[in-house]
Amino acid sequence: MRVVIAKPGLDGHDRGAKVIARALRDGGHDVIYTGLRKTPSEIVMIVNDEDAEVLGISTLSGAHDSLIPKICDGLREGGLGDVIVFAGGIIPDRDLELLYKSGVRAVFGPGTPTSEVLAFLDEAVERKLKNDPIGVGDDLGWNWN
Amino acid sequence: MSIIGELLELATSGDRRSLSRLITEIAESSEPPKFHSDTIWTLGVTGPPGSGKSTLIGKLAKHWVDSGDRVAVLALDPTSPISGGSFLADRIRMEGSDLGENVFVRSIASGNSPGGISPRIWPMCHALSLCGWSRIVVETVGTGQSEFRIAALADRLLLVDGPDRGDIIQAEKAGILELADVIAVNKSDLPGASLAAQSIRTSLDLSNDDSREVLLVSALEGDGVEKLASAIESCKPHSGRNEMIMREMLISEWDSILLSHPEIDELIRKLCDSSITIDEAIESLRKTAHNGG
Repeated sequence: MRVVIAKPGLDGHDRGAKVIARALRDGGHDVIYTGLRKTPSEIVMIVNDEDAEVLGISTLSGAHDSLIPKICDGLREGGLGDVIVFAGGIIPDRDLELLYKSGVRAVFGPGTPTSEVLAFLDEAVERKLKNDPIGVGDDLGWNWN
Repeated sequence: MSIIGELLELATSGDRRSLSRLITEIAESSEPPKFHSDTIWTLGVTGPPGSGKSTLIGKLAKHWVDSGDRVAVLALDPTSPISGGSFLADRIRMEGSDLGENVFVRSIASGNSPGGISPRIWPMCHALSLCGWSRIVVETVGTGQSEFRIAALADRLLLVDGPDRGDIIQAEKAGILELADVIAVNKSDLPGASLAAQSIRTSLDLSNDDSREVLLVSALEGDGVEKLASAIESCKPHSGRNEMIMREMLISEWDSILLSHPEIDELIRKLCDSSITIDEAIESLRKTAHNGG
């Protein structure tokens, strides 16, 4: 699958994003990394132009609760409701519900084995094939965690 | 109407989502469409890994957008032969690539298309041109002859080298130095750059009436970018270019036929267990290719 790995906002730490990008590449995916400090609207445009099926958002700055819903809204408004969104980084448990409500389908914290991210993508593909809700614009209710 | 035709219609009316989907369809279709735009303007950019191609393209894109152009970049990166995956990171270095509506960047993994990517790049460029993108850049990393040569199919070719003179040997091997219309030595802010430019000039001087310029630029600082842009604008297409393009088209179409041949995997397997020789494999491919295989 074509996967965009994005770093939104004022956050200069991308070791995690690069580890995920590398693991997905080794898992046979085409990974496009956005580089640091992208705005939500830039990320939406990158997902569009790259025709990505999946967007992984990495954030360690604490601004996930405002940036990630903005990106998800942008995707839906841009006709990209079929894109599958997952997030990773430092995201406290109390914020998970908010992200799921925005359309995020999985949140991976520190210590997650990279194989789990690949397993999530496999499951996501299966859901897509079965027309089960999985995209950011689809019905909510299912998430990986 | 085919899906590709429908997408082209929507894309030409300005729908960016359809344009993006169109590029994917062209990359993945079993038979690339034959689009044609009379006003197409393409620039191939190639050079050794790490010479600063993407950064320089970012700077050129900004320059063009400021002059009212719409810039599309197709950035080709190799696909891992082991996992089949790719890490497409060219766009990170294109500082100008997120300039908004007037820049379109698509990263392309070279290994995902049936029959290779090369026969699909030109339909993509024509589609982009039909959609009003006035500057189309095809970037390839010069890690092997075929990668260098995809860029050489553009109307004009920019070769980017770094200050480390050793890098360009690969380009010379692939015959790209002769084909480049404009040569830029990047990282002019680092020591060694003028020396590298000088040695390329010397090598060009060995052939008669070579008037091509070797420009020093610094993509990082932006020095020399305007001069480079105007050199690209005014360069005269290389005299041997048309023959080269036709030759490369033929080779890439041929490769495409070969790589999509139904028996190729079987033949490779037989070659591996030594049950046939290379000559026999070629003979078998020839026979079936005749029959439309």
